[in-house]
Amino acid sequence: MQQGGDIGATRPVLDVRRLKTVFNLGSAEVHAVNDVSFHVRRGELLGVVGESGSGKSVTMMSLVGLLASPPAEVRGGEVLLDGIDILKLTPRALSDIRGARIGFVFQDPMTSLNPVLTVGDQLAEPLIRHKGMDRRRAAARAVELLEMVGIPDARARMSGYPHQFSGGMRQRVMIAIALACEPDLLIADEPTTALDVTIQAQIIDLMQDLRQKLGMAVIWITHDLGVVAEIADRVMVMYGGQVVEEAPVRDLFAAPRHPYTRALLRTVPALDGARLHRLNTIEGQPPILFEAPGACSFRHRCDHADAQCACVNPDCCKVAAARDATDDPKSGHFVACHHVPALPGAEARAVAVDA
Amino acid sequence: MSEPVSETVGKPVSETVSETGHGLFSDRPRSPWADVLRQFRSHGGAVAGVVILGLLVLAVVVGPFLWRLDPAFIAPKATDMFKMRNLAPSLAHPFGTDQLGRDQLARMLAGGRVSLAVGFVAMLISLFIGTTVGVLAGYVRWLDGPLMRLTDLFLALPLLPLLLVMVMLFRDALASVLGPEAGAFLLIVGAIGLTSWMQAARIVRGDVLALKEREFVLAARSIGTPPHLIVLHHILPNVISPIMVAATLGFASAIITESALSFLGLGFPPDFPTWGRLLFEGVEYMQADPNRVLFPGVAISLTVLSINYIGDGLRDALDPRLRRR
Repeated sequence: MQQGGDIGATRPVLDVRRLKTVFNLGSAEVHAVNDVSFHVRRGELLGVVGESGSGKSVTMMSLVGLLASPPAEVRGGEVLLDGIDILKLTPRALSDIRGARIGFVFQDPMTSLNPVLTVGDQLAEPLIRHKGMDRRRAAARAVELLEMVGIPDARARMSGYPHQFSGGMRQRVMIAIALACEPDLLIADEPTTALDVTIQAQIIDLMQDLRQKLGMAVIWITHDLGVVAEIADRVMVMYGGQVVEEAPVRDLFAAPRHPYTRALLRTVPALDGARLHRLNTIEGQPPILFEAPGACSFRHRCDHADAQCACVNPDCCKVAAARDATDDPKSGHFVACHHVPALPGAEARAVAVDA
Repeated sequence: MSEPVSETVGKPVSETVSETGHGLFSDRPRSPWADVLRQFRSHGGAVAGVVILGLLVLAVVVGPFLWRLDPAFIAPKATDMFKMRNLAPSLAHPFGTDQLGRDQLARMLAGGRVSLAVGFVAMLISLFIGTTVGVLAGYVRWLDGPLMRLTDLFLALPLLPLLLVMVMLFRDALASVLGPEAGAFLLIVGAIGLTSWMQAARIVRGDVLALKEREFVLAARSIGTPPHLIVLHHILPNVISPIMVAATLGFASAIITESALSFLGLGFPPDFPTWGRLLFEGVEYMQADPNRVLFPGVAISLTVLSINYIGDGLRDALDPRLRRR
């Protein structure tokens, strides 16, 4: 498996700084994404984990203007794609980027394909839109794409409709559509959650294979810590619309620092050993953020919470260097918790990244 | 399996790509219309509808060239005219004659042309307006309120008086520009179209509202599809079945509305036959001569019924989920 090392020094293809997204519901506001900063380098796979409602999908969708607005509103921050802030682009220019430079794969392949259009039509669409191909060339390319994602008898299946494909096949088609224009970045929002385990393994293998072939960066959103441990280069843990911990995958699994990450890892059922006890859980519910967090949002469910946690929101600080150390100031182990001592001299992460 | 391979082996790649082969080795996707046709043919009622409607259309288009009696001919001498009045069906007049001695078959054929054309064009107008309003209201959030209030307004209007006012206001103006017949046609078709789009608009809006929240619309946006193409390419094909149903109902009700207008004397000029006009003229003579209402009534019913069946079959055939492989 490809690990950070040699590609660590390349500059990030995507650099997100202090992104804020708010849902304006008229009578109330929900602060779904709060000062989220992260980056992905070329060829890197960033795993994003966190329970439902922690803001993973909303973060990724607000990057490229996929949230319906209103109610969603991006209140601040920068999203630098190769150094250009795409939040400042017009909707039209942003739609030129979607599909061409940033591809999306969604959770449920059963509903993400249009039921009344042929698979070939849907594959040809981004090619016609972004590459300016005519229908015939797009169709020829679409066959290649279907073959690339491992659909047998691709040519004949071009005229098939989505309901004639199985779930795994449809997810392959979705991946082919997302990769049609060879994007720099693929955002996969729980791409295997709706599939059964054997198909899940196939899709993961396929994505790894394609990532190496095409050299793109991948952001993989998932609940499944096992999947993350296997495929990610770096992992970002989200809670309450914030990044609470971010580290290279080995560092995170070897030494999780944030109480939420630790609790999350404890909830993974073990396959070996005694099964006399109930599954571990994290008590309580994630908060609904009606105001911007002024305190640690995990404090109600945290064993270590004290007075400081209730009045100051911890910054995400570097607490350790990455184990396979590089000089890159962006790499390392970052945690947002008052009880995890920061490295001497380390400032809040977003500030350090800006410098 | 090996045969088509050996056929293509010798040729340069560019040549084989341009060929429309069959089966596994066809380079071009098989036309989806072939599937639509196959599914449509398996719907017995729809096929019967096509046959009957086809015969009716053929009759009104070709018929007047074969049956050369003038539908407006009245014997010039009063005694002849009285002899020709209210004749029962015979070889000379297969559908009989009316109270002025005009040949009913010729009037049926001429009237059918007008009725079918009015129904078809009015349906197209009302579908176009209804679909546009429905899609805009469903997809563009800030247009939803105003457009739906407009729809409610039209639904609340008493349509017949409105039609009467429209005809009164514009008949002479249009007639002076286009001539009495073309003017009346345009006016009636426009008036029916403008007052019958509301049902289609509501149905389409409801469907679009549900469809735009579906994940495939999000997926389409995620590949950079601009909003107008999302509507045209992704949403419209999904609402084709309710539109089809609305179309068939619209066709039928347009024919009937035209009949009602003709009955009130506000349709076409009085000597200009339509099925609706023949029906209402015949009502007076129904007891003496039931054929006078029977023929136009049956023609209207057959048309409406066959169109409804065609719409039913089309709806099934156009929905790939219902299409059998």
